[in-house]
Amino acid sequence: MTSTSDRTAESTAGLPRFPMPRARGCPFDPSPVLRELQRETPLARVELWDGSTPWLVTRYADQRALLADPRVSAEMAHPDYPRQAPGIGSLGFIGLDDPEHARQRRMVGAAFTVKKVEAMRPAVQRIIDEAVDALLAGPRPVDLVQAFALPVPSLVICDLLDVPYRDHGFFQRSTRTLVHRGSTGEQRAEALGALAEYLGRLLAAKLDDPADDLLSGLSARVQAGELTHRQATEMAVLLLVAGHETTANMIALSTLLLLRHPDQLALLRDSADPTVVTRAVEELLRLLNITHGGRRRFATADIEVAGQVVRAGEGLVMPNDIANRDPAAFPDPDRLDITRDARHHIAFGFGVHQCLGQPLARLELELVYRTLFRRLPGLRLATDFEQVPFKHDGFVYGVYELPVTW
Amino acid sequence: MKITVDEDKCCGAGSCVLTAPDVFDQRDEDGVVLLLDPEPAEHLHAAVRDAANVCPAAAITLDGGA
Ligand code: HEM
Repeated sequence: MTSTSDRTAESTAGLPRFPMPRARGCPFDPSPVLRELQRETPLARVELWDGSTPWLVTRYADQRALLADPRVSAEMAHPDYPRQAPGIGSLGFIGLDDPEHARQRRMVGAAFTVKKVEAMRPAVQRIIDEAVDALLAGPRPVDLVQAFALPVPSLVICDLLDVPYRDHGFFQRSTRTLVHRGSTGEQRAEALGALAEYLGRLLAAKLDDPADDLLSGLSARVQAGELTHRQATEMAVLLLVAGHETTANMIALSTLLLLRHPDQLALLRDSADPTVVTRAVEELLRLLNITHGGRRRFATADIEVAGQVVRAGEGLVMPNDIANRDPAAFPDPDRLDITRDARHHIAFGFGVHQCLGQPLARLELELVYRTLFRRLPGLRLATDFEQVPFKHDGFVYGVYELPVTW
Repeated sequence: MKITVDEDKCCGAGSCVLTAPDVFDQRDEDGVVLLLDPEPAEHLHAAVRDAANVCPAAAITLDGGA
């Protein structure tokens, strides 16, 4: 049984509300309530913003099994889907089930193969080098979010999609509205509409002037009758939003965590062994797990979970952050240890919806860690740690601002 | 060890290629898994087991020696 002494954290029915706040002073750790549930009540009813009461699944093994289970649906537009917030009806194949999900995902799969992404290495390195050049030439202290963490992945995804980077003010602002918990349904729908209109226009222009980029590929699919214009537009929005916001938050948040762990940072910076960095990428993804709103699904059949039965039609919320701290899967789970083998983490989700952009995210993080700390060996926080504003109210976790100097 | 892959299940996440690049690759056109070596040498078995474990879509099956 879960009981929490904090009355405001409970619904009228006495259920804990999800999401639960993190503990004061522990901004890198999942809520202590999640820990307690994982230990005591691995399948627990919770209440969401809209009064719905899905199951919360907290153990690593249970989350993996459910996320890979074809009886579990990700169909976002379905009334049984436990929604993150109002205002997002659908967002391309992330909210569809197989076989339609697979059909659409494979249409853009070519751009995200390990080989294809590896070929982007020099271009991504150049983007990072230029961003560090600009830091070195600019004023100190500086906000690392605006000056580095946000521009780097935005430039990379703009390249891949052939979206003009000069419009970054617009798409970064719209994305911020989308992923902010405080936005109203109308504001979110409006931001999504503006992004759809913008990308729809770029897609239409590609019909007349195709090139070797993702938007041109999607536009050709529309012409061939394989996708509707609307489906292609939703996919483009998904790729643009997922492509920059997540990686940007991961860069800033992991930099801050490393600054708090100078021994680990030194190991990462000074090691000649290239696998030290690639392992560190996995460990940082595991520990920080920025998509902290949890994977959202619903059961389409009765399914046994942790010795109980989830009935067909019931919602499932699976916060990967607590699964990645499950001691059954990761010994000493709260410790940052960049030398551990963390590759089985589920910070990119699990099942057929596991992050399509993961090879690209890994490459960006690897090159950022290889470059930033070596070229700015004196990098340090330019404010009190207690003053750093964390994104407690975001669907994607991170920091709003990270003042640094060197 | 004998490996089989299920192309229909594969979601092209690429984890197997990162984990055991001598055994798995991806089709250029859509990222779906390509099995390079269905009966890999002994020294690759540990990596293959890791690859099957991290496959998000349970598309890799191991028979014998698994
Ligand atoms: C550190 C960076 C990133 C993290 C932590 C991350 C995390 C995730 C997670 C957890 C999911 C699963 C959603 C679910 O199961 O409901 C996902 C899906 C997705 N991600 Fe990422 N992501 C990152 C970077 C990227 C990048 C760079 C792209 C490139 C465009 C991208 C594109 C996508 C797409 C298209 C999906 C939907 C896949 C599907 O439904 O089949 N992500 N991501």
